[in-house]
Amino acid sequence: MTDVVMPQMGESIVEGTLTRWLKKPGEKVERDEPLFEISTDKVDTEIPSPAAGTLAEVLIEEGKTVGINTVVARIAENGASGGGAQAAAPAAAEETIPPTPAPEQVEDTAGKLKHAPPAPEAVEVGEPQGPLSPLVRKMARELNIDLRQVKGTGANGRITKQDVESYVTRPQQPPAAAPAAPPPTPTIAAAPAPAAPAAPAIQPLAPAGPARTRIEPLSTMRSKIAEHMLLSRRTSAHVTTVHRVDMTKVAHARAHNKARFQANYGFSLTYLPFIVRAAVVALRQYPLLNASLDGNNIVYHNDINIGIAVALENGLIVPVVRNADEKNVLGLQRAIVDLAGRARSRQLKPEEVQGGTFSITNFGSFGSLVGTPIINQPQVAIMGVGTVDKTPVVIDDAIAIRSICHLSLSFDHRLIDGALADQFMSKVRQVLEGWSEEVL
Amino acid sequence: MRKCGLRQLGRIDYGKAFELQQRLVEQRKEGAVPDQLLLLEHPHVITMGRNGHMENLLASREVLERAGIAFYPTDRGGDVTYHGPGQLVGYPILDLREWQRDVGAYVRGVEQAIIDTLAEYAIAAGRIPKLTGVWVGERKVAAIGVHISRWVTSHGFALNVNTDLRYFQYIVPCGLTKPVTSMAQLGARATLEEVSGKVAAHFGRIFDCEMLLEDTVLAAPEREQ
Repeated sequence: MTDVVMPQMGESIVEGTLTRWLKKPGEKVERDEPLFEISTDKVDTEIPSPAAGTLAEVLIEEGKTVGINTVVARIAENGASGGGAQAAAPAAAEETIPPTPAPEQVEDTAGKLKHAPPAPEAVEVGEPQGPLSPLVRKMARELNIDLRQVKGTGANGRITKQDVESYVTRPQQPPAAAPAAPPPTPTIAAAPAPAAPAAPAIQPLAPAGPARTRIEPLSTMRSKIAEHMLLSRRTSAHVTTVHRVDMTKVAHARAHNKARFQANYGFSLTYLPFIVRAAVVALRQYPLLNASLDGNNIVYHNDINIGIAVALENGLIVPVVRNADEKNVLGLQRAIVDLAGRARSRQLKPEEVQGGTFSITNFGSFGSLVGTPIINQPQVAIMGVGTVDKTPVVIDDAIAIRSICHLSLSFDHRLIDGALADQFMSKVRQVLEGWSEEVL
Repeated sequence: MRKCGLRQLGRIDYGKAFELQQRLVEQRKEGAVPDQLLLLEHPHVITMGRNGHMENLLASREVLERAGIAFYPTDRGGDVTYHGPGQLVGYPILDLREWQRDVGAYVRGVEQAIIDTLAEYAIAAGRIPKLTGVWVGERKVAAIGVHISRWVTSHGFALNVNTDLRYFQYIVPCGLTKPVTSMAQLGARATLEEVSGKVAAHFGRIFDCEMLLEDTVLAAPEREQ
């Protein structure tokens, strides 16, 4: 016999209320399986069984509050002759008693495979590749499930308790159906039979061939992105203006310093920090682009915090370069490399994606010429950076080869008029086209 | 330093958030994920702890339904409570064996994170002995209800930022007849997003872990096709 005691849940806790027994006297219990629940100070805790065996005696009834280390029950260990009435029941060898009060029904749904024509080999329970938790293994054993049939939704496709549960409760196919038959698809109703409305007899499924669709729930990130995009479209009156910018001087500055950056700082020099720098200069001159709308108020932000959109494998995130106006090109490039790298490896801190006052998205790195980005709420403008290409252009009636980039600005027309947006963009263009900073 | 994944889920249905919690709790027990802090907001919902009393629910289910309030029984500690827009809800999923095996210390820690956050808004909040939660005078600003299984926590706290407090009229919050309040009522003008950032920072400090964003989008511009 093993005594089960009210556990000590913390230094200051001297007693607990036994709120619920999860097993009845006479029931089998595994070691570490939840046995009862206690409540202390707004905290409900499941207490696992200290031993495997049969719950022989319950000494404290539900609702009673007792001090810690009080014996609340006794467990008769396996093999020992327990005191519980049903302890000696034929359960002894096999673990076939499901831990629910309705064994028959459980057998009906879960035991299907068990009574189906025997599997070709006597393999006990199929296991997929990859790690499995003890809990999942145990459930599979008890419910006689071939885990290879269960789709894992956990990390790296790992099978979770919920997966096993939903596998067990999944809609059952008619028992006659061959185990390999594909699940019925909703398109089956495509051929109506108007002559016989009374008899929508379920046709035996013809071999449907490979499935034409695959259904997958949205990830949290995806559904949040979806929500955010729609919210922004509903909130702001989006207008986009596009300016063509001659980046030749910036291209020279970049070519001139690239190797030095790599050698001295360990990262390359891209166009992006130049563009951020130009945007900062223009934001200083036109602070309305760095503001937000709050009801009937305009909120001017004294800090210039630039959000940089970073593409992730299955979504995107916008970490913020804080006080971007206090950084030179080197500082901006360093911040961008750091934030983008940590965004991809999921090492960003929460405050690093908050407080942006203006955003920049660089789709040019994927080859796009021009885009019309969606504003990052509650900001009022976002700049899109197209690809930088050597292009023939006309200068003073002569044709020249220049590095050309298209910059777009989506702005909230509720607050910003086209004239202001284009003045802002002209300032950005002027800074980039006349790039003169020797020291980056 | 231990790591704690932070998930800022925005407004999310109670049932959906509960499923996610359950999944993360299983993964936490298996050691497949580090500690987690879920920060979110629910649409109008009234939940009842396992040991709650139905008499603390003052409206019939039909009345709630007509008012657009969902109802869920849950497995957390505590009695009945209300969640809704303007309330910051936090679900920490921590393996207390890696911090302190002490349920009391855990609850005090959660309270402290909220108290310290409120201090940043010049709100002097504190505790009332034996009445878990965070109080400003005799008014409750944050409620706490926790479930623990194998030392892994779930459920958590609900801090009224700018909650419409009229919704509390449908219940006797936590079975207590003391009034509730919100940061807005106490004069603090703050957005949920801002408060959630501060709570996360204090939480990380108190539970001695580094908060890292996981599966989160706070801001997401995207190119239109």
